[in-house]
Parts: sequence; structure tokens; C-alpha cells
Amino acid sequence: MELIYILIIPLVCAGLSAMPTKRRWYPALITVIGTLLAFIEASRVALEVSSVTEVVAIKGWVSCDALGALLLLLISFVALTSAIFSWGFTGKVIAQNRPERVGRYYRRFNLFVFSMLAVPVLSQIALVWIAVELTTLLSVFLVSFPNTSEAFEAAWKFAVLTCMGAGLALFGILILYWGVTVSGGETFTWSGLVEAAPKMPPALLQTAFLFILIGFGTKAGLAPLHTWLPGVYSQTPSPVCALMSGVETSTALYAIIRLAPAVHGIHGGFPEQWMLVFGLLSVGLAAFLLIQVKEYKRLFAFSTIEHMGIILVAVGLSGAGAYFGASYQLLTHAITKSFCFFAAGATLRLTGSREIVSVRGLIRKSPFVGVSLFLGALAISGAPPFAVFMSELVILKSGISNGQYFSVGLLALFVVVAFCAIMFHVSHMVFGKVTDHSQVSALPRSYAIGIGLAAIPVCLFGVYIPGPLLNLLHLAATLLGR
Amino acid sequence: MLTTNSTILVLTALNALAGGFFLLTAFALIASRQSLACLKAFIIQSLLLAMSALLLGYQNASVSLLIVGGITIVSKVVLIPWLFLGTLAHELRTRREITQVFSITISLLISLVLVIFAYFIAVTLLGASPKQEATINLPIGLAGLFLGAYAITVRREAVPQVIGILAMENGAFFAGISIAPDFPLIAELAVAFDVLLIARIMGVLTMKVHQHTGTTAVGEMAVLREE
Repeated sequence: MELIYILIIPLVCAGLSAMPTKRRWYPALITVIGTLLAFIEASRVALEVSSVTEVVAIKGWVSCDALGALLLLLISFVALTSAIFSWGFTGKVIAQNRPERVGRYYRRFNLFVFSMLAVPVLSQIALVWIAVELTTLLSVFLVSFPNTSEAFEAAWKFAVLTCMGAGLALFGILILYWGVTVSGGETFTWSGLVEAAPKMPPALLQTAFLFILIGFGTKAGLAPLHTWLPGVYSQTPSPVCALMSGVETSTALYAIIRLAPAVHGIHGGFPEQWMLVFGLLSVGLAAFLLIQVKEYKRLFAFSTIEHMGIILVAVGLSGAGAYFGASYQLLTHAITKSFCFFAAGATLRLTGSREIVSVRGLIRKSPFVGVSLFLGALAISGAPPFAVFMSELVILKSGISNGQYFSVGLLALFVVVAFCAIMFHVSHMVFGKVTDHSQVSALPRSYAIGIGLAAIPVCLFGVYIPGPLLNLLHLAATLLGR
Repeated sequence: MLTTNSTILVLTALNALAGGFFLLTAFALIASRQSLACLKAFIIQSLLLAMSALLLGYQNASVSLLIVGGITIVSKVVLIPWLFLGTLAHELRTRREITQVFSITISLLISLVLVIFAYFIAVTLLGASPKQEATINLPIGLAGLFLGAYAITVRREAVPQVIGILAMENGAFFAGISIAPDFPLIAELAVAFDVLLIARIMGVLTMKVHQHTGTTAVGEMAVLREE
């Protein structure tokens, strides 16, 4: 039943926050409570899944296994921190005398959260496609929320490119369905697909995989179809960025890597090679583009492309160790990247500038924001002892023990380049000489609470992962292999 | 027996005719110079998709395909044009030449290459898993998908780009009705809803882009330079 609650809660919140009210903090409170409830339910699902392998609400339609539960947990956690952070963000909107926009923001926010939570919860692949498409359609007006011409341009590019990708993925899914019926499979669910896959004609499986990889890859921000992503993340409100970067890209990637066990080993590892190629291309391109970046939100946007690439490479490397690395990286990226965007949002609020060059000496202006941004940069670029470092280490180690030296060597090189680029830019922002002596605006309390809450797993998971979570990661990893 | 055989032959021939015209409308989407012409081509294309679904449904006595045909007519032939004319009437009626990145001749040549590419993919798929009904629908649907994607990338105006997205879905389903005839109905309904949502949201977005940037030549927006 938890799964049904998880789907209903954000819908109810969306309805409640759309109601006209005199109290402007009311939709914010509703959303925080709703996401907290969703997070509690998701934790219960995550605990339950380790004992029963699959939590079923409606057999064949709504169910969730370990990989889905991991994603569910991440989405609901980021949604919670983002909802808290949004409180301060919408406070600014009220200050601009547009109170009616607050309700609209929260209605869209909740619907967006709903569409993302639906992806891991639905078990019919056709419905997963629709849920992924809905994550695009329901976030378009969140991207354009600032109501500037740049924001509309970003929203347009985002919607058109990802819808185009969805069209390609739809064709892939239809072929997949064809393959399942040809091989006598009965249900078109993830588990049904894995069962039917060995009897499916490899040509169908391979073509379907390519269409879905390119289609959903567009949405996950994989190169060369990533071009919408940096512009969108630079314009979108930071709490929405945290959701989009931390978990929306992961939901699209989830739909790709769920195919990994089905396509494993066909045509002498053809799909794995494609994953490696696309993954390494994304990591490499992002790493070198990070060097010349001019805005700090774009910096984290390119880092998102890099991390999506790393996860895909990990799945492409294949083998139990690499699969564990992939699910681990899914976790570390979601928690760390959302934290980074909160820190970036706080920086934007303080300084009012998106440019890297115009932010200098942040730590002197506001020690809290300066430290958070620096911590976020260290954590996301993979410095020890943060969680991203650990997960990247797992991936590299398993690749070496598999003997895939070339791919691992390239991956390590790109990761180091990205590390240097991110640290170069952010250390200038944080420690550079203060050039602009204007008074900084005060930080809303909800920003501090959101950042503080998001910082807990970022700092903790590098040195200690709670037993049940580690167990969940291992279970999720086994689902990526055959 | 003879009558059944000839009935099937007639149905197959009619379906092939629908397929041929479907491909023509996909070309028309690329060649047309006016937004309204694009929309008209899309409506005709959707009608042909519905016709093919009804023909295949009748031929295979498949109720779900007949329903798909009905859903297509309601959503794509009636509701989407209605939504478009509601939100974008002005945009559609202005007789403005809509430009492309390439000239129309070059675009048509590239489209031809895409159709041949689609045909080769379809042949490989059909070779791996032969299916009688799909010999017409699969290559043409795939070609429709590619031409829709191509229209999105070369068009500079907002409305033709949105129609390109919808045409991609048409292409996918033109293939889909032959290769996945018993696709879950609930998914079909959800996709129809999704397509309506695309039309609505993109229509509103087009309007807002027009309000804020003063143009709908989205291909020329380049404030957010790609790095």
C-alpha cells in the first residue's frame, strides 16, 4: 500500500497548494509535509524490499524492487530538502508582490515530484515511458518560472529536445514489446522482459536498446544530445535544479540501465560497448567543457553530464563490482549534486550574479555559504573522503580487476580533469580576493535548514553507510546483472 | 474462402495506400512553407494513421486496434487542432514564410536518405522476426519517425517544431499498430493523453515565448549560447 500512498501524496499536495488562500506560507508548509510523508513511505518501502525482494501494490502494474526503491528513496529525499529550500525561494517571489505565483509554483513542484516518483513505482515499461515523458512536460513551466526571455528559451529547448528523445524511445519500447510477444512472454514488465530476453531475436533487442539509449539518453543529458542541459540549469530556480539534476536525470538513466540485464551479452557485448562509448563521450566532453565554463550553475550542469556518463560507464563495464559502483554512484550523485545546487542557489541569492568571475571571496562575505559551496565542490568532484570519491573508486577498481584498462584509464583521466576544473573555479569563487564590496542580502532561514539537512548524507556517506542502505545498494546492483 | 482471400487482398492494398499517403504527408511537413499547412498535413497524417489502425484491426479482428483508431481520431484529428486553434490561432493564421536551416530541395534530399535508412533498419528487423502486416507499416512508420525528428531539427519556427514532435509519435504508432497490435490499452490511452498534454503545454509555451521574446523563431534564439 505504501506505493499507492507515495503516488497519492504529491497529487493531494498539488491539489491543496493550488487552492487560493490568504496565508502565503500555506502551500509551502503543505509541500514540506507532503514530501516528508513521501520520504517516510519510501524509507519503509526500502526497508521492506530487502526482505521480500519486491513490494507489490497492484500485481503487474505497481510494484517496486530494490533498484526502484533506491531511486524512490533518492527522489523523495531530494524532494524533501528541495521543498524546504523552496520556502525561502518563494519568499522572494512574495516580496515581489506576485503572491498568486507561489501557489502555482508549488502546484507544479508537487506534480513534478509525482511524475518522478511514478517512474520507479510503475512496472509496465510502456507506462514508465509515459512517466518519464511526464517528468519533462510537468517541469517545463518550472524551468520557465523566472519569466525571463532566457528562461523561456531554456524551457523551449528542453521541451523540444527531450520530447524528440521520447519519440525515439517510444519506438524502441514498441520494438521491445514486439520482441516480448514474439518470444512468448506474457507481461511487459521489467522482470518479464528479463525473462523473455534470451528467447528474443537479438536484432530486435539490440535495435530497441539503441533507440531507448539515444531517446532517454537525451533526457539524461548524455552527449552528444546534452545541449539543452547547461542552459536549462543556469536559468531554472535552484531548488528545481536540485531536483532536475539530482534525480530527474537519474530517472531517465534508470529507464536505460534497467535494460542492462536483458541486453547483457547479446552480439558479443554490443550493448555494453555502446554504453561505454556514450558514457565515456559524456564524461570526456563534460570534463573538458568544465574548464571554460563561465557561470557556476553551468559548472554543476556539466558536472551532471559527467556523472551520468560515469554511471553509464559503470553499467557498461559490467560485473558485480561495477554494478555495485553504478548503484552507489546513483546514490552519491543524487545527494551531492542536490546539495551543490542548494549552495549555488544560496550564492546566487547572496550575490545576485550567475557569473563565476563576479563572485570572489565568498567565504568572507558569508562563511556559511562559502563553506557549503566549497564542501559541495569538493564532494561532487570526487575528493576523499566524500561519498563520490568512494563510489568512483569502486567503479575504477572493478574495471581494473575486469582487465578493462583502456576504458578505466580514460575514465580516470576525465575524472581528474573534471576535478581540477571544478576546484579551480570554485576555489577562486570562495577564497579569491573580494572585488565587490557591496552589502550582501541576508539568507533566508529555510536555505540554511535545507543546506544543513542535505549536508548530512554528503558528509556521512563517504565514511559510513547505514547497514540497511548498504544492503539496498547490493540488492540493486544484483538487479543490474543477469 | 475466395471472398475472404480477396477481402484480405483489398484490405492490404488499402493499407498500403494509407502507408504511401502517410509517407507523403511526412514529406509535406518538411516541404510546406506555412504553419497552417504543417498543421493540415499533420491532421491528414493522423487520419491515415487511424485508417491504417482500423484496417489492420478489421483484418485481424482486433478490438484493441479498432479502439486505437478511434482514440487517434478523437485525440489527434479533433482535439489537437482544436487546442492549437484555441491557443495559437493568430500564430497559425499569419501567412509568414517559415524558414529552414537548409533550402527545401536539400531538405527533401536528406529526407530521402533518411527514408532509405529507415527501410534498411526495418528490413533487418523483419529479417530477424518476420511479420506479414509489418512489411508496410514498419518501414513507413520508422521513416515518419525520422522525418519528424528531422523537421524538428531544421525548422526555426515554434509551431512546426511542435508538429514535428507530434509527427514523431504518429510515426512510432504507425509502426506500432503493426508490430505491437495488442499493446496494453491503458498505455494507449495514456499516450493519447500525453500527446494532448504536449499539444497544450507546447502551445502555451509558444504563446509565452512570443510574449517575452517578441518572436516565435525559436531556432534563432541564442542568448543561451551552447558551450
